[in-house]
Amino acid sequence: MRMSAAALLIACLVLAGLSGVPAPARAEIEVDVNRGDIRPLPLSIPDFSGDRGGDIARVISDNLGRSGLFAPIDSGGRTAEVSTEPDFAVWKSLGAQALLNGQVNLVDGRLQVDFRLWDTFAGQQLLGLQFTSTPENWRRVAHKISDAVYERLTGEKGYFDSRVVFVSESGGRLNRTLRLAVMDQDGANPSYLTDGSEIALSPRFSASSQEITYMSLRPSGSTVYLLNLETGRRESLGQFQGMVFAPRFSPDGAQVAFAVERNGNSDIWVMNLVNRQSRRLTSDPAIDTSPAFSPDGSKVVFNSDRGGSPQLYVMDASGGGARRISFGEGRYTSPVWSPNGDHIAFTRQSGGKFHIGVMRPDGSDERTLTSSYMDEGPTWAPNSRVLLFSRQEAGGEPRLWTVDVTGRILKPAPYSSGASDPAWSPLIN
Amino acid sequence: MTRTSTLRWLPLLSAAAILGACQTTPKPATEAPKTSEAASPADSASGAGSVQPVRRPAPVTGTPLPGTVQDFVINVSDRVFFDVDQYDVREDAAVILERQAAWLKRYPAVQVRIEGNADERGTREYNIALGSRRASAVRDYLVGLGVSPSRISTVSFGKERPIDPGADDEAFRRNRNAHTAIVSGAR
Repeated sequence: MRMSAAALLIACLVLAGLSGVPAPARAEIEVDVNRGDIRPLPLSIPDFSGDRGGDIARVISDNLGRSGLFAPIDSGGRTAEVSTEPDFAVWKSLGAQALLNGQVNLVDGRLQVDFRLWDTFAGQQLLGLQFTSTPENWRRVAHKISDAVYERLTGEKGYFDSRVVFVSESGGRLNRTLRLAVMDQDGANPSYLTDGSEIALSPRFSASSQEITYMSLRPSGSTVYLLNLETGRRESLGQFQGMVFAPRFSPDGAQVAFAVERNGNSDIWVMNLVNRQSRRLTSDPAIDTSPAFSPDGSKVVFNSDRGGSPQLYVMDASGGGARRISFGEGRYTSPVWSPNGDHIAFTRQSGGKFHIGVMRPDGSDERTLTSSYMDEGPTWAPNSRVLLFSRQEAGGEPRLWTVDVTGRILKPAPYSSGASDPAWSPLIN
Repeated sequence: MTRTSTLRWLPLLSAAAILGACQTTPKPATEAPKTSEAASPADSASGAGSVQPVRRPAPVTGTPLPGTVQDFVINVSDRVFFDVDQYDVREDAAVILERQAAWLKRYPAVQVRIEGNADERGTREYNIALGSRRASAVRDYLVGLGVSPSRISTVSFGKERPIDPGADDEAFRRNRNAHTAIVSGAR
């Protein structure tokens, strides 16, 4: 019996313990890209016909290839008309289990892209859609097609039509320039949001993807800002007595949680953005920082050294009921809840190395995904499948890397300059 | 033995003056100019008596004027260091802070900012909090020695403003510090 391409891939995912089946608790995992049992699905994406057809096919191919779940196959200059059924024998002979073909038309000044996804072994069409937009928006159309193909073949939402805000780092190890920047998830369209006259840290997206919050640091002190990406309007959360840092939006965008330091002691606060009232969530002589909301808004995970070393705690979003969830060896910081609510990712420092790891929100099923001199600050792709983080070699400049939630697919992100503190947007609507 | 005239230190002194307000000052305690040693006389070994010995010029010593930023940086020391993940004032730091407090009491117009710093072996936001603890510990110590709290502000740079670019224990040791920066009022 021959399984369809989609069924094959889904079977692989289930075998890998990915489809909601809890993975057994494991000791430290040695990370190796080449280890693991996921065979990426071979698929062919010949150039689409029409203006920009080659560019669009290339963006889709790069997206799917980077996910590690697909292995794009060189079509050897072959094309496939979207109006007729493909010659499956040809594509099978190239080793492609799936074929994506398409055609670009300009209709009344609008970009119209027809595309079809085929299972070459079953000889079946899996998807046939038409996307329309403005011609200059062709990259976004390519990301949308990538998401549609990813979802059809994996059964899970894609994450390609999204952006990343991050801290661009330049200028050497002393007196580095740290400024905010934003780019598409594939590294395209990078642009700076601040001018580098102040240190910009900890940017985070709101659920709308149009607003970010971040911390600005100057010798005179720190400020938390809200920045609207469309209008460029920047607004301060107000004056605080000490340092104010580590801001994050609540899932509904109505609140921002952050840390406030007074006389050396950092606690977690939350501000209602409608009436601008602030409320203190923790009141402990220990360092409490790096809050992150659960996707339903009911809980906050945060970092505290109240037990003697930095560990992760979960409390009610109203404050109170804090309980520790990290119990492994070492120090745990920078927690972030996955958008689907299933996991909390974090940075863990142990054995002289830094690791990105994940655990269930109750602290069970902890897994270590990465390890290096300095891995820090994970952020989730909108589909909770991939994490972006920063990695720095000893004496070097930080770079962005991605790892999938199994830890098997570890790659440099498609942005090759100094960068840290990434935050992944939700899917753009 | 050093034959360097102290005059050679003057450019360094002015560099220290410029750097005094920021956090990239070289190691103050170890790099402060040493009192120049007496210049050794020119070689007057016996030999042909026709050569007249030429006297080496007397050294010119330079020292910062009292009450200046460089006086504070060089003669007092503007930075104290901390143990890993700690913020309590060590004994060696207490000695320096006592000198800082005495100097600040002598020059009551001076306003300072304590800048807390952390090494890179911690994550960004935790290190902001840790740097705040260090700055606050130094502020409290100076206040305890009689410096008015109204003269002292604090800030934390976390791990974002190292003074040593290295990635070894010595660099980390130096980057775990609190820097007392003079904001205004120096002569």
